[in-house]
Amino acid sequence: MTNAAHPGDVAIRIRGLVNAFNGKVIHDHLDLDVMRGEVLGVVGGSGTGKSVLLRSIIGLNHPVSGSINVLGVETADVTAEDLKGLQLRWGVLFQGGALFSSQTVAQNIQVPLRRYTHMSQELMDEIAAMKLSLVGLPEDAAGKYPSELSGGMVKRAGLARALALDPELLFLDEPTSGLDPISANQFDELVRSLQQSLGLTVFMVTHDIDSLRAITDRIAVLVNKKIKVGTIQTLVHDSDPWIHEYFSGARGRAALAQS
Amino acid sequence: MRNRPLAKPDESLASLRVERRQNLLRLVATGEWNIGQAPRLDALLRKIDFGDVREAEIDANGITDVDSVGAWLLLRSKRELEAAGVKVRNFSFPQQYQPLITVMEEEHDAPPVKHAPHPVGLVYFLERVGRGTMHALAQGYEMLGFLGRVTIETIEAILAPRRELPVPAFVRQIDETGVTALPIVGLLAFLIGVVLAYQGADQLRRFGAEIFTVDLLGVGFLRELGGLVTAIIVAGRSGSAFTATIGTMRVNEEVDAMETMGLNIPEILVIPRVLGLVIALPLLTFFADVVGLVGGAVMCYFDLGITVPEFLRELQQAITIKTLLVGLIKAPVFAFIIALVGCFEGLKVERNAESVGKLTTRSVVEAIFLIIAFDAGFSIFFSILGI
Repeated sequence: MTNAAHPGDVAIRIRGLVNAFNGKVIHDHLDLDVMRGEVLGVVGGSGTGKSVLLRSIIGLNHPVSGSINVLGVETADVTAEDLKGLQLRWGVLFQGGALFSSQTVAQNIQVPLRRYTHMSQELMDEIAAMKLSLVGLPEDAAGKYPSELSGGMVKRAGLARALALDPELLFLDEPTSGLDPISANQFDELVRSLQQSLGLTVFMVTHDIDSLRAITDRIAVLVNKKIKVGTIQTLVHDSDPWIHEYFSGARGRAALAQS
Repeated sequence: MRNRPLAKPDESLASLRVERRQNLLRLVATGEWNIGQAPRLDALLRKIDFGDVREAEIDANGITDVDSVGAWLLLRSKRELEAAGVKVRNFSFPQQYQPLITVMEEEHDAPPVKHAPHPVGLVYFLERVGRGTMHALAQGYEMLGFLGRVTIETIEAILAPRRELPVPAFVRQIDETGVTALPIVGLLAFLIGVVLAYQGADQLRRFGAEIFTVDLLGVGFLRELGGLVTAIIVAGRSGSAFTATIGTMRVNEEVDAMETMGLNIPEILVIPRVLGLVIALPLLTFFADVVGLVGGAVMCYFDLGITVPEFLRELQQAITIKTLLVGLIKAPVFAFIIALVGCFEGLKVERNAESVGKLTTRSVVEAIFLIIAFDAGFSIFFSILGI
């Protein structure tokens, strides 16, 4: 909906981001632009700060310095009011799903609806059913508690909750980790089709090279405390040894051979 | 661009016009059909009376924004009309929303979710009581089994030459459950000594029997209060720590790892804790007894003017070594209960963080319940024996 009208718009603009923990620098003046309507994959070795980057953008981690602009709002000096407005416009799928364990899947999806809208229970129940079928969960999942779901179902339910308010921006933290390859493929396809039909901008942290190939428009690689952005085709020929190894190792070649 | 996804419901932002011409119903949607406007639009749509409508048209060409909720409202109207036997001869919307509506139309055909009703009534009450009873019985049975296993393992660990006691772990437990508990146990025992002396003095003064405050303190503290207070503090402090530590190890699959390596879990996790606490708690109880008497003596001096030599002389007459021993003999039993319950509940933790919290709470409640029940049992037992 939004991407067609403003193809060149920037959804997230990061400039000079510095993150450090206990004196150890994770990000050193990192710059990144995420375009509206694109799927950006973020990769990097263990400890390169993929999750820290994501948490910095969504405000769970306060960077040492640098500016992060999300949907036109500077997150560094945002007022509580503006931050709330911003939070309504993004959805986050955490790595473990982060479903509220004391509530059923349907109630989980209805948490943001109940909090931020004045819908009747009837409409909320219809919407919960709609979101569940959008993410490909069966009807009987609605009344189940998170502990009764399999790993793949938890991710789908988490995605349904992230999409509850029809956000413009979707953050995914390792969405396919812990899924078997078939479920992972299905999840990739699901994200892609939702992204296209709902016009989402997707920021996806992942390790899964098959996911990268399948659904990302561009890839951001965290290396040497900075970020390199490109497509699979350009990054394969990158001079950096880690990037080279990542895309031309056995797994990378196998994934690329299919594309 | 959708900058106000959650604008308050407002007629100027989105509207629905219902036109009727004989048997034709025309729904004209304009404006922003999104989640912010949905509550109002939903109410409007629900009010439409299909009556004798035969044919319908849904004209959504005037919408300027639509999200999945708005699309659902349009689609729902169409389906309801069709379900009522109305022919929907036209369903139109701006071309750029086609992908969303197609996905919704293809993917979504589920009825609204149902919530399990909150159970009420006598039957539910009885069911709960029944379940609770069965659960308590099963719990008692399991705990008895655990008691047997731990007892056998402990005896084996002490007697069998091929096995050796995990001494470092055992010493660490004495430190963690005993030494580090000294300040809190001491402080609370002192305060309880003060309170007991103060209240006792108040009552006894009416009979001119102030001096018997010392007897009350001596017997009350050494026989009952010292042991009980210490055991309850330790149950809250160490019993919960046992459950939480072992429970976290269960969540991390550490216990499973030990099992697959052929390690003896009671020997590693339970016996050091049981033995450590069985040694630490009597010592703590003795400490609490002494500090409690000191608290009482301080209060006696300030409130009643009983000096320390007087206090000691009266105390010597009031109590014998038996009084102290009756109190101390209970401490190892309480220690065994606390450690056993703490470890038992810890090993029952499932592989999620939630159950750690649940079982930790349960472990403390059960331990305190058993301590007080056993204390009552001891009282009856001693009175039968005439001690």
